[in-house]
Amino acid sequence: MTGTIPLQYFLIISTLMFFSGIFGFLTRKNLITMLMSIELILNSVNINFVAFNRYLYPDNLHGHFFTLIVIAVAAAEAAVAIAIIINIYRNFRSIEVDKVDEMKF
Amino acid sequence: MNSEILFFLLAGMILVFSILTVTTRRILRAAVYLLFVLVSTAGLYFMLNYNFLAAVQLTVYAGGIVVLIIFSILLTSHISERAKMAGKFQGVMSALAVVAGATLTLITILNYSFPAKSLNEVPSDVKSIGRALVSYNENGYALPFEVVSILLLAAMIGAIIVARKEKTADKNIK
Repeated sequence: MTGTIPLQYFLIISTLMFFSGIFGFLTRKNLITMLMSIELILNSVNINFVAFNRYLYPDNLHGHFFTLIVIAVAAAEAAVAIAIIINIYRNFRSIEVDKVDEMKF
Repeated sequence: MNSEILFFLLAGMILVFSILTVTTRRILRAAVYLLFVLVSTAGLYFMLNYNFLAAVQLTVYAGGIVVLIIFSILLTSHISERAKMAGKFQGVMSALAVVAGATLTLITILNYSFPAKSLNEVPSDVKSIGRALVSYNENGYALPFEVVSILLLAAMIGAIIVARKEKTADKNIK
């Protein structure tokens, strides 16, 4: 279905998505929105993997399988990160990074 | 022609919603915009003819992670709360850094001619994917599969231990 679309278009999309994720990670103060920026970054890397696999190496499925693995890692990371965030919220009553500045309370 | 229209539609959605995800001040809306980005990415996978991967993207990302994020937003912040952003100086500096990095990457991408190969495609249906995941021969992925399964187990136990309330500590205090 991607007859006339060049590979570069996919890379341009994933680049812009990656850097918007970086921007969010730098400017957000809320832990959950920072986690969402990380999800954006991981997702843009997935697009790169899949597009390279389809366009340059269609004779094997390395990019496909590593995208599957990255999705699993992202799910595990989100679960642990949200557990940590909820624990932080219990102790500090806030998830703004400015207010969370003590390891021990 | 049709596929190009579909591609540009998905690309536009990804662009607009990923920028909105990181700039909107309402946290719940940011999560919904993230959901749109992930669904559009699944559409891109469908266009690249990786149907199983697109289904995994929809179920795990759009179905699992976004629901988890929305739950934690509802647990930790008020629904109409406006997110606090970084100061003006920090915002401008991060925007500059991001624009510089994006420009550099885009120039590199556009100047490199990716040598396309016309190799015969391997099938990516569920049967061959399942065989490859547990095969230890060439083009088999048994080792990463097992590593990921152990990682998921460890993440599950870790999430439970981190998020549960500590009852023993409370008893000692009282």
